[in-house]
Amino acid sequence: MNDWQPTSSHDSRIARANLLRSIRDFFYTRDVLEVETPLLSSGTVTDEHLDGFHTRFNYSQDGKPVDLYLQTSPEFAMKRLLCDQSGAIYQICKAFRHEGEGRWHNPEFTMLEWYRPGFDHHALMQEVDALLIETLGTDTGEIVSYQDVFKSRLGIDPLTTTDEMLLAKMADCNIDISSPEKLDKDSKLQLLFAMEIEPVIGQERPCFVFGFPASQASLARINTQDSRTADRFEVYFKGAELANGFHELSDASEQKQRFEQDNEKRRNNGQTEKPIDTRLLSALKSGLPQCAGVALGIDRLLMLKIGASHIQEVLNFPVSRA
Amino acid sequence: MANYSTNEFKAGLKIMLDGEPCNILENEYVKPGKGQAFNRVKIRKLISGKVLEKTFRSGESVEGADVLDTELAYLYTDGEFYHFMNNETFEQIAADEKAVGDSIKWLVENDVCVITLWNGTPITVTPPNFVELEITETDPGLKGDTAGTGGKPATLTTGAVVRVPLFVQTGEVIKVDTRSGEYASRAQK
Repeated sequence: MNDWQPTSSHDSRIARANLLRSIRDFFYTRDVLEVETPLLSSGTVTDEHLDGFHTRFNYSQDGKPVDLYLQTSPEFAMKRLLCDQSGAIYQICKAFRHEGEGRWHNPEFTMLEWYRPGFDHHALMQEVDALLIETLGTDTGEIVSYQDVFKSRLGIDPLTTTDEMLLAKMADCNIDISSPEKLDKDSKLQLLFAMEIEPVIGQERPCFVFGFPASQASLARINTQDSRTADRFEVYFKGAELANGFHELSDASEQKQRFEQDNEKRRNNGQTEKPIDTRLLSALKSGLPQCAGVALGIDRLLMLKIGASHIQEVLNFPVSRA
Repeated sequence: MANYSTNEFKAGLKIMLDGEPCNILENEYVKPGKGQAFNRVKIRKLISGKVLEKTFRSGESVEGADVLDTELAYLYTDGEFYHFMNNETFEQIAADEKAVGDSIKWLVENDVCVITLWNGTPITVTPPNFVELEITETDPGLKGDTAGTGGKPATLTTGAVVRVPLFVQTGEVIKVDTRSGEYASRAQK
């Protein structure tokens, strides 16, 4: 077997090194500080669709073995720095998700995440666009609301639609899914978005989609004008979901409530509940500056940069060869 | 038969769908950063031959299909069934006309074909990529034509009709690519 060999080319390694350098230059000139936070954490994401790897740490100070989780993103730790008045910060690190491999997916991947105190999600979208122009040489991106893109592509208003209308639309689009009755409304929206909208938007230039349904807010604020939407955005380019950003939720009690609701969903699904990151909640209580943050997949960015069609072309050793 | 989780999906895996054994042709993992993961698969139904796309929620499991490809030599037809034999065990299996399908025109005695069995019963017969067959009828061509421009139809012993170059004559044995149904060359003596 030749599975000791990397799946990448040496050219892709050079391209990665150059890309990382240009990202660091970008933030250096904008006075954003590079930081590091631990990959292992005692708390983890509660989202029913995300799972972290975990391990047992046998040498904790109180003598009891504890579970530690590999981060699914550096979000919680970086927010604790923001609460400690770090100012604008960025990090380039590994993130881990306990899920399958695919054309755009490897369970261990490299993430760029940054936070901008004083920005809202619109200001941050502009900065993401500037980064893409600088690193990929793209044209200025298109900015469109989730509601508008859904209406124009599928003729459905995602904020007022019903389960029945979504099922009918899926049938129209020839999406043949096993046991559709088991999908909740958000999963139907996500499926339609992933299969019918993502492949067609952002082909010529990056497409920024903002104003996701409030039920898909994750860690974003609910919009003050339209409480049916959240101040969350995603960036799509040439079929890749490249980045996800929020005008960050800073209300500790609302955050705690969302974590608890996630765990309740997990209980109902028969999934194990996840330990809530109490240190994040304490930090939020002490005060998170009004800020926006975004996470961007470096491996996908590199794929677009060199025109790779599979993530394995830009990873030296994907999980199957790890 | 074992169940397979979507994690195990890959090209070549045989699963049951709507009571019919199917072969997975392509598997694409679709996972939004926030939200449910799906597997979108392209599937060939092995009996009807239909190709379709199906979406599964990741983590679902699907019944596997007891489908086995086996190499057997073609013996003869009794008019109703087509008889094949395993050259090692000498075990014989009969396939009906439906299983043989279009491959009927490429069956040559003693040629080894791939017979796909579902629960032990033949559902498809795949001939070798190249077979050699004798021409029973073709128009006499002009001597000296080697360019093969255009060519002419030739009927083979099995009834198959293929286009051949003008210099090939009735009674000659030719090699045909069964995947395209095209003339490849004159058979080596």
